[in-house]
Amino acid sequence: MAECHPVGFQWVMEAKARGARVFHVDPRFTRTSALADRYLPIRAGSDIVLLGALINHVLENGLDFREYVLAYTNAATIVSEDFRDTEDLDGLFSGWDPDTATYDPRSWAYASTEEQPPAEHVEGGRRHAEAAGPETYGAGGAAAHPSPQTDPTLTHPRCVYQILRRHFARYTPELVERLCGIPAAAFAELAEAVTANSGRERTTAWVYSVGWTQHTVGAQYIRTASILQLLLGNMGRPGGGIMALRGHASIQGSTDIPTLFNILPGYLAMPHAHRHDNLEHYLEREGGETGFWGNRRSYLVSLLKAWWGEAATEDNDYCFGHLPRLTGDHGHYTTVMGQIDGTVKGYFVIGENPAVGSSGGRAQRLGLANLDWLVVRDLTLVETATFWRDGPELETGEMRTEDIGTEVFFLPAASHVEKEGTFTNTQRLLQWREKALDPPGDCRSDLWFYYHLGKLVRRRLSDDEIDRPPRELTWDYPEHGAHREPSAEAVLREINGVGPDGRALSSSTQLRADGSTTCGCWIYCGVYADEVNQAARRRPRSEQDVVAPEWGWAWPANRRILYNRASADPEGRPWSERKAYVWWDPERGEWTGHDVPDCEIGKPPDYLPPEGARAQDALAGTDPFIMQSDGKGWLYVPSGLADGPLPAHYEPHESPVANILYGQRANPARRTYDRPESPYNRPGPLFPYVLTTYRLTEHHTAGGMSRPLAYLAELQPELFCEMDPRLAARLGLGNGDWATIVTSRTVVEARVLVTGRVRPLRVEGRVIHQIGLPYHWGWGGGGLVTGDVVNDLMPLVLDPNVYIQEGKAMTCDVRPGRRPRGRALLDLLETYRHG
Amino acid sequence: MSGRVRRVSSGRARIGPASRGTAATVARIPHPPGIDPEKAGMTRVVPGSGWLARWPVIRQLKGEDPRGSAARSARTDALRPRTERADKVARSVCPYCAVGCGQLVYVEDGRVTQIEGDPDSPISRGRLCPKGSASKQLVTHPGRQTRVLYRRPYGTEWEPLDLDTAMEMIADRVVRTRRETWEQTCEGRVVRRTMGIAGLGGATLDDEENYLMKKLYTALGAVQIENQARI
Repeated sequence: MAECHPVGFQWVMEAKARGARVFHVDPRFTRTSALADRYLPIRAGSDIVLLGALINHVLENGLDFREYVLAYTNAATIVSEDFRDTEDLDGLFSGWDPDTATYDPRSWAYASTEEQPPAEHVEGGRRHAEAAGPETYGAGGAAAHPSPQTDPTLTHPRCVYQILRRHFARYTPELVERLCGIPAAAFAELAEAVTANSGRERTTAWVYSVGWTQHTVGAQYIRTASILQLLLGNMGRPGGGIMALRGHASIQGSTDIPTLFNILPGYLAMPHAHRHDNLEHYLEREGGETGFWGNRRSYLVSLLKAWWGEAATEDNDYCFGHLPRLTGDHGHYTTVMGQIDGTVKGYFVIGENPAVGSSGGRAQRLGLANLDWLVVRDLTLVETATFWRDGPELETGEMRTEDIGTEVFFLPAASHVEKEGTFTNTQRLLQWREKALDPPGDCRSDLWFYYHLGKLVRRRLSDDEIDRPPRELTWDYPEHGAHREPSAEAVLREINGVGPDGRALSSSTQLRADGSTTCGCWIYCGVYADEVNQAARRRPRSEQDVVAPEWGWAWPANRRILYNRASADPEGRPWSERKAYVWWDPERGEWTGHDVPDCEIGKPPDYLPPEGARAQDALAGTDPFIMQSDGKGWLYVPSGLADGPLPAHYEPHESPVANILYGQRANPARRTYDRPESPYNRPGPLFPYVLTTYRLTEHHTAGGMSRPLAYLAELQPELFCEMDPRLAARLGLGNGDWATIVTSRTVVEARVLVTGRVRPLRVEGRVIHQIGLPYHWGWGGGGLVTGDVVNDLMPLVLDPNVYIQEGKAMTCDVRPGRRPRGRALLDLLETYRHG
Repeated sequence: MSGRVRRVSSGRARIGPASRGTAATVARIPHPPGIDPEKAGMTRVVPGSGWLARWPVIRQLKGEDPRGSAARSARTDALRPRTERADKVARSVCPYCAVGCGQLVYVEDGRVTQIEGDPDSPISRGRLCPKGSASKQLVTHPGRQTRVLYRRPYGTEWEPLDLDTAMEMIADRVVRTRRETWEQTCEGRVVRRTMGIAGLGGATLDDEENYLMKKLYTALGAVQIENQARI
């Protein structure tokens, strides 16, 4: 965190100054480690063992926050008797289909009551798990029965609490020592600190970054932390939570208002060809009827009205049929395979640099070279724009410029100071940026580009049926200045939504399903309340309390801590004075506190839903997790995940050790590409080391925004490989020497940094060496400093829930000296692929 | 606040008419505690005017502020921060990671002259990391591309291209490719889409930009729309 989010880390140091203890778990020693109370080096890819052992420690010693767990989680819920655990099936959960390599999740459901959930919610088989399921995860939320059978004594053998106990029983400190390389004493200290610092009076926070997401079990890493935090009562409370530190200025915003294939704005699922014939089908099958997702008709209809305006009517399903349909995984890496196969003809790359920034870059460049046309918009000539004249495949002879048919348009972009608009930061806070000056030359904002492209495209449309969706699209925004820049505030107002009176809405609870309201992203409704750009608010911190509610605007409803109903006990009183955040005021009959309460403000804690209630009315006054169909935090996930209802430790796809927990070595549901552009390292002595990658403070991602800057280039001028002294000695390498790092994807060279910052770990009784590489360099991109592309080393193997690649744990070989050039490089690779 | 540039305006820096030379300057030179900066020059702080009296060791021994003021020269005192001359200041946000540090962007004569941390921000309290501190270079560095470039199929060099022409050409290609790759049905089901056009990027852009991108792509039937959140 100190390395990659340094200014955010000041708050960790503030907490430390006030007595907080800081533990840092990371394969490499960083500036965070230097400032932490304890640093625990860990083998990359073994985090579920560590977190699972903490869960086991909590459960076996009765250290859970029992009152919180009983009231706010599904610990008491009884699970179907058909469910079988990985402990029963040697690493598989029940429902595994080896033919399709997918799970049928029906047996993971809650035990049936007299009333079954709609069949589609637990629809099984290949269609659910492969074609229909994961693409919608991250969308509206899986549904579970709103009022399942429970056992508040937590003793029923099939209640979630007991299932957890059995599942994690083998995740012991000894296992942590064997698989993570963390000594039992260090684990004991961590476990003691985390549990002692949780409860009524205290809370513990977990912080992670991309290092947790880039694994074939990435979603389950975060699930494991969620289980621990729920058991300890650390969710929805000040000083608690699991904080994702994201790496781009508005990567949160581009997820909320997604340039992602599987979702529509506000985490509504994209329609699926095999699940959704029409609006009614879609609404029936995407999420439960209870909890706030029960209002999804209002959210979706308001979105369709924002996009298709007058053309969207009740009679035509509000133009639901205008939405294109998914049929499976249309994610980034699968799209690249489509480029190589020739199905993808045209490609827009906007402020991203996949030729250097994505895994297995050779496949990216093969895809780029096979397009009809490519549009790149960026500040500098990034490698994605220039691959045809200077890519690594030209040097190896795999490509020749004059053979590449791709037509390339490079359009220079406006910088962040040359346009106005909002970034959504990692804490869901929208901050409006004022424009300082006009962009130079041909540089334009991306708002300008898409708005004018849309106008030009619409001028070319016919009046046939295919062209109806773009023809009927609402596409009128006020234009300003000589460049005819569209008004970003008008777009933000459309995102916010407008009511029947033509005024900006102030809350998503005002959205209606009858077409009388519009809203481009329901979770952002309120950002333009009272016709005021709330994201532009800048009341100085000195004039506000620590919550600072008048600086920018946080979704939803300007809430700064999600699910903060859990900061009060079931009766609505703060768990302790020290941790008071929001609470029920019986005199006024409403919730109040330091933040916007994350519940209906007038719903008393003793509210019980009447029979047949729906949406938020079906949630009790004690239910804090209002987006869940049962209002509970899910320790166990009855539906919604592709690889199991509980996290289990699997080795990375490429690992030097076996999985001593289960016969199943790696995540069985992980996605691989069985094609020549996607080779994998074979197990065995050819690739004996663990490789992980990371960022440095002085650079940003693949370097397009940092390598061209003189100050930053000077601070970190060259790619290097961190290596422990024992490995360096074994390889005959000294500090500053050249080393060649090999995977079956490619070969890169780097200067060796011999350092104790990456440590050999004793795993399963033998020493495992890890090496680390920062991934900021490329061959061009306007960089004042250049270097080999580290991401080219990575395998194309994906988490099955979110299709994110495993970029943080793989195997490699290291050879002394510089890498071969030209054809010789390919020859060396051949020896590793087939040798 | 000694030793640091301090804002003396109301904390409401805004884009507006030039404020150069008026009382509402954005910043002023710091001064040692107990010294009236309007009256006290270095000669008042350090008595004597001979070279010996100006020797730092002597000044440090004699001076009221033994560390700061003694090291200052008359030239230093005459310096003014370029932020003081700014025509306008825009409230902005750092474009690198997702912490969202506040930035103040100073503009003079149509050029960005400085980018500093916004001390009012409850997120960053005026601080910026090495990248945020270098972000003036991000927007002003000479390697920044400001003209459209075009590479024709099988071409070996970039060629210049007029922006309007580029936009028309791109629109032509979008419409043509969409028609040529239109899928009305797939696997027997209505899909109404094109698998011939894909997009990548968004995490470095504004919410409003992502919104128009998703809206336009979806209306055109392009579904392979992705960004950095997937990697």
